[in-house]
Amino acid sequence: MATIVGGIATSHIPAIGAAITGRLHQDPYWKPFFDGYPPVHAWLDRVRPDVAIVIYNDHGLNFFLDKMPTFAVGAASTYENADEGWGLKPVPPFPGHPALSWHIIEALVASEFDLTTCQEMQVDHGFAVPMSLLWPDRTEWPVRSVPIAVNTVQHPLPSPSRCYKFGKALGKAIEAFPENIKVVLVGTGGLSHQLEGRRAGFINKQFDLMCMDKIVDDPAALTRYSIRELVELAGSQGPELVHWLMMRGALTGHVKRLHSNYHIPISNTGAGLLLLENAA
Amino acid sequence: MSSESADPKEIWGTSIFDGRQAMKGYALNKMCYSFNSAQNREEFQRDEDAYCRKFGLNAQQRSAVRNRNVLELIEAGGNIYYLAKFAGIFGLTVQDVGAQQTGMSVQEFKAKLVAARE
Repeated sequence: MATIVGGIATSHIPAIGAAITGRLHQDPYWKPFFDGYPPVHAWLDRVRPDVAIVIYNDHGLNFFLDKMPTFAVGAASTYENADEGWGLKPVPPFPGHPALSWHIIEALVASEFDLTTCQEMQVDHGFAVPMSLLWPDRTEWPVRSVPIAVNTVQHPLPSPSRCYKFGKALGKAIEAFPENIKVVLVGTGGLSHQLEGRRAGFINKQFDLMCMDKIVDDPAALTRYSIRELVELAGSQGPELVHWLMMRGALTGHVKRLHSNYHIPISNTGAGLLLLENAA
Repeated sequence: MSSESADPKEIWGTSIFDGRQAMKGYALNKMCYSFNSAQNREEFQRDEDAYCRKFGLNAQQRSAVRNRNVLELIEAGGNIYYLAKFAGIFGLTVQDVGAQQTGMSVQEFKAKLVAARE
C-alpha cells in the first residue's frame, strides 16, 4: 500500500523562480529565505518519495474565468509549465502518475467531493516554484506528481473547513492505493499577502506565525475562519492558507514538526516553510 | 468567528473578486489572459486600440488600460492575476504595482514590506 511520508508547506511566489534562475541564493535579500530549504532537501534525500501531490491555485495559465473549477485534479502523464506573460522561464515538464490520479479521483468523488478531472493540464508557478524549491536541480524531476488546483482566485472560494475535510479524504485515498509507493504532500502559497488595492503590501506577521503554530497541533482551530476573515487578517491572497490545510488534513491526527522557517518579505509576502512527518 | 455567508462589511482598501466583478471585468480579464502568449503581447503593443476592440473592452476598461492605472483597472473589474500579465508587458513587478496603488515610490513600498518584520 502507499505510504504518506510527510507534508511540506511552502511559498510559491513567482519571484522565487526568477531568483533560482538568477542563482541569487546568497544574495542578502534572498539568503534568509533559501537558507530555510537545505534541511528539507536532506529529508527528501533520506526519505526519497516517489510521488508529490502538490496543492496550489492556478493564476491564469491553465484556467480562465470562462470555466473555474473549485477543485481540479490532474490525471495526465505529463504536466507542462509555460509562459505566464511576465518573464518567468518555463521549467521542464513534470511526469505524472495517472493511476494514482484516477484512484484519488474515484475515492474523493465517493467521499462526496465532486471534482473536475484534467487529462491535459498546464501547471503554473503555483506548482512549478515549490517543485523547484524542493528539487532544485530542475533538469530532471526525481518524483512523479499529481497536481490539485483549488480556486482561490474567484470568490466564492471553498472554506478552510471544507478544504481541511478534502485533505482528510485525500489522505485516506492515498493510503488505500495498492502500490507500494511513498507519497509526500505539498501545500503551497501564502502566507499573508495582498497584491491589489490601496491595502496592497499588507502582511500580518502575528497571524502568519499563529497559523504556522496551530497547523501543527491544532489545525481544526484554523478551520473556524471564514474566507472573509482570512482576507481581512491575511490579505486578499491570504486564503491560500487552504492549500496548507489540505496538506495537513491528509496527514494523521498527530504530526511532528521537523523543520520550519518564516521570512518577511519575499516579494509582497510573508514566506513560510514547514516540514511535517506523521507521528508514529 | 462568523459563518461564510452574509457579512457585507467592506475591508478597507480591498476589493473582493466575486461573481459581480468577474462579470464586470470579463472582457478585460480575457484580454489580459491572452498575454500568456508572446505573440499576443506583441500584437497588443503594435496596435493597442485594435487589440482592445478585438476583446470588446468598454470605455471604462479602455481608459484604465490607456492610463496603465491599476486601481482603475480593478474598479473596471480586473483581477490582479490577469492584470499582472498586462503589467508584465511593461516590465512591472508586483512591487511596482503595489507602489502605484498605494501612492508610494517603489523604494517606499519595499520599505513598508520590510517594516512588516517588526
